[in-house]
Amino acid sequence: MTDYFMLIIAAIFINNIVLAQYLGNCPFLGTSKSIDVAVGMGAAVVFVSVMAAAITWPIQKYILEPWGLVFSQTIVFIMVIAALVQFVEMFLKKSIPPLYEALGIFLPLITTNCAVLGIAIICQRKEYTFLESMVFALASGAGFMLALVILSLIRERLEITRIPDAFKGTPIALVIAGLMSLVFFAFQGMV
Amino acid sequence: MNRIWKEFSKGLWLELPPFRLLLGLCPVLAVTKTAYNGFGMGCAVIFVLTLSNLIISLVRKIIPPKVRIVCFIVITASLVVTVELLMQAFTYPLYQELGIFVPLIVVNCLILGRAEAFASRNPVHLSVADALGMGFGFTLSLTFLGGVREIFGYGTFFGRPFMWAEFKPFTFMVEAPGAFICLAMCLAAMNFITTWQSKRF
Repeated sequence: MTDYFMLIIAAIFINNIVLAQYLGNCPFLGTSKSIDVAVGMGAAVVFVSVMAAAITWPIQKYILEPWGLVFSQTIVFIMVIAALVQFVEMFLKKSIPPLYEALGIFLPLITTNCAVLGIAIICQRKEYTFLESMVFALASGAGFMLALVILSLIRERLEITRIPDAFKGTPIALVIAGLMSLVFFAFQGMV
Repeated sequence: MNRIWKEFSKGLWLELPPFRLLLGLCPVLAVTKTAYNGFGMGCAVIFVLTLSNLIISLVRKIIPPKVRIVCFIVITASLVVTVELLMQAFTYPLYQELGIFVPLIVVNCLILGRAEAFASRNPVHLSVADALGMGFGFTLSLTFLGGVREIFGYGTFFGRPFMWAEFKPFTFMVEAPGAFICLAMCLAAMNFITTWQSKRF
């Protein structure tokens, strides 16, 4: 039990997927301008990365490894994620329209979010069991959401602040991300 | 000829990929601990981008518009697997250094972005010129950022001692926070130069 607890803490704070492992930076900077958008994107990433980890793990163990096809991991995983995103979109549209309305525009963007593919590949490289992969994917997604929501809260305040012209827009967001990363860096002393 | 040069040169300054278009930021931040790593990543991206633009522009009239994104991803993913295998065979230490970011070239927005915005609507020679320009711009930016971080973080440049003997390296620069702040400084400098130029002329 403590193992899982440590895995969660490590994935959210110590090895935060955005701020320490540099994955998913494009949506991190692109969708952090307002809090509503940030929450929607974060939720969509959590959802899809857990689903993707749940599907890619058996594929790796029962199809790619016994048949000696591990070299094609990249191509198989990205196809699985692209198909998964399509299915999730269709399913939500039919059965849970309010959730589809909320996540709608973010779902297609997730196919090219490197956090999702990154989590699936990290699970294989670290040789997690199925349950560990699930927990890791959920916690990493939550870490992404946490970082995204914090950044969007700060950026909403930045709108009314006076900053040097050259830093307006993305540069100041990157400086903030750097400072947040420095804060999260302090968690490395915990373990 | 003029047109080819125009498409090639826009990637080097006017639309310099990571700094102006803000595409493909993850590898830009992650692999630029040293100039050599940045350069290696850049070369891998040039390879994938040039071939993917070439192939996509060749088959652009065959692909049905509805499934084009999936087709682009399949083409890119096959090329990335090729690069992975080539790197394992010839530059294994670099492959280990870059780690997870080699398979992640598949989801580098720069490659899909160029495929969608350029290669799917332009003839082959222009697409290749565009890919080469963007690729060189990307490599130059990564090498530059890697060089800056390596000089301050380790006191070396391409693995050779660069600073004076008593120089104390700033470990900050090669860790994650340094990556974000360095990139922010580069973007701010680019903005500053652009406004300065427009005021001057």
